[in-house]
Amino acid sequence: MAVGLVGRRGGATPPVDRSSKESRKEERVAYAFLLPWFGGLLLLIAIPLLYAIWISLTDAFYLRPGQADFIGLDNFVEIFTDDAQFRKAVEVTVRWILLTTPLFLFTGLILSLLLNQRLRGMNFFRTILYVPAVLSGVAVTVLWINLFNPDLGAINGFLRAAGVADPPQWFRSPDWAMPALAVMGLWGIGGSAVIFLAGLQNIPPHLYEAASIDGAGGWAKFRNITLPMLSPTLFFLTVNAVIDALLVFAQIWVVSGGSKNAGPDDSLLFYMYYVYLESFRDGQYGYGSALAWLLTIAGVLLVAFVFRFEKRFVYYETEGPR
Amino acid sequence: MTAPARAITTPAVAARRPGWPRFKRILRTVAIYGLLLLLSSFILLPISWMVTAALKPDTAPVFTFPPDWFPTEHFRLETFSEALFNPLNPYILYAFNSFLLCAVNIVGAVISNSLIAYPFARLRFRGREKMFGLLIATMLLPAPVLLLPQFLIFNELGWYGADLPGIGTYASYLPLVVPSFLGNAFFIFLLRQYMRTIPKELDEAARVDGASHLQIYRHIILPLTAPVLVVVAVFTFLGTWNDFFGPVIYILDPQRYPVATALATEVTKVGTKWNIVMAANLVAIIPPLIIYFLSQKRLIGGIASVGIRG
Repeated sequence: MAVGLVGRRGGATPPVDRSSKESRKEERVAYAFLLPWFGGLLLLIAIPLLYAIWISLTDAFYLRPGQADFIGLDNFVEIFTDDAQFRKAVEVTVRWILLTTPLFLFTGLILSLLLNQRLRGMNFFRTILYVPAVLSGVAVTVLWINLFNPDLGAINGFLRAAGVADPPQWFRSPDWAMPALAVMGLWGIGGSAVIFLAGLQNIPPHLYEAASIDGAGGWAKFRNITLPMLSPTLFFLTVNAVIDALLVFAQIWVVSGGSKNAGPDDSLLFYMYYVYLESFRDGQYGYGSALAWLLTIAGVLLVAFVFRFEKRFVYYETEGPR
Repeated sequence: MTAPARAITTPAVAARRPGWPRFKRILRTVAIYGLLLLLSSFILLPISWMVTAALKPDTAPVFTFPPDWFPTEHFRLETFSEALFNPLNPYILYAFNSFLLCAVNIVGAVISNSLIAYPFARLRFRGREKMFGLLIATMLLPAPVLLLPQFLIFNELGWYGADLPGIGTYASYLPLVVPSFLGNAFFIFLLRQYMRTIPKELDEAARVDGASHLQIYRHIILPLTAPVLVVVAVFTFLGTWNDFFGPVIYILDPQRYPVATALATEVTKVGTKWNIVMAANLVAIIPPLIIYFLSQKRLIGGIASVGIRG
């Protein structure tokens, strides 16, 4: 690596004294420009990362500042053997991933196909449909807990009007809290639809023209052109959806009022919220840190799992670095 | 899509049923518009319900059936002024706090990320490729595991719930604004990609004229990078305005809450007046909406480019 770098540099700059002096100066200037980044690397990443490893192996607790004892892997052992809430949090998060990843990707794709039609007013619809994606999770949740109000809210009003005598209790019911959250998520589907749309518009039209000449129908074209050409976008959005699912937090805080009851019967005890409760609400720094490490490891494994499918299902038209 | 769809109807079929392809096309257009209108109302009706609720007086029921989608008999702007100026719970103050955080973070993000991107894009120095690789790696680093140690470090520095002479409890914003002055891997990447496309001749000409690297950065690169700096500013605004986790952990004094945090804690109180909450909710969503509508093309382009890059 170093040899290659030197070689390239040697080729680019003529070996004159003046220029080597100048390139040394250029180097100093470059490092000066990078100073804020070095600072951030140290303060926000390197030190916290080492600190996070250390603290997860201790029993640090906010009421005993500066008195953390090294306890090895005890936190992890306790998490796996003696923590019902941890199991619940994993269950809730996994269920959410399985429920919403396909749902959000599918509806996002359908919406982008609609928006990709060459009809008048598409920019208008695109603008409207993207609106929820720029709003804060807190504001959106505050709005939707009202629409989902079991007794007075608009949604159950419609359901009753449509003849449903006993509509769901939504955020008050352990079975319906998550579906309510998923509907809220669907409201923001314009976010992924816009990314799908960009992918669709990047497909060269000549592919469709060639397929038409060969007599391919609409479905055949979708299956053999659109889907493969869209697979990098699909892949990107899948990774994103999984990461988002692991980080669900603000919505749960609003629904549960920041309390330890994450929805009825902990039905909304998302993993990230559990990490928050342990680390910041209860001040169990050591235990919370261990939980955060497990989330990190799970995230890496999940993304690696998705990447395993990349080679088989994702088609990149251009080879080489992308 | 429509053009090839027409092409696949073979001439033989079209001859047999003269009006059919045209009818089919119209049907298709109507179906698409119908679906889009349905979806748009799914987006807009909740927002319009919120607007009507925010315009109601305390005496009118917020929840009615059928729900009020358009302000009809109630059009009471005082609900807004109550939400904004109630001395016990002044959303005007929370909005000011949010804007303050956004302004500082935008300044920090624009300066630091363009400074850091400049050498990666335009200068040669030892270890550049390796450092850039490191930068990309930090982009993939998961945030959750860093939250607690960062909190503890800021706590050690005395920044948690800080109360300093001169700025009072505004000092507790330090953990929320200092990081934006230290660069963000994604923004650096975005800016570096763009800066690389600027012709090298511009710098060289300036070098010949005796300009320093700082002058080149300031007077050539920075102005030409303005379109991406706008994207950085908009993303920073939206990120800061909508951030909830940071303020909820770091700010102790409720007078220093930004809008989102104030709103979230409001909902948990007993005897919440929902018309006031909905007015406050509008305060929370209007600024991002305005920014979105103003920067729409660029913003969506920026988001889309992320997706395409994959």
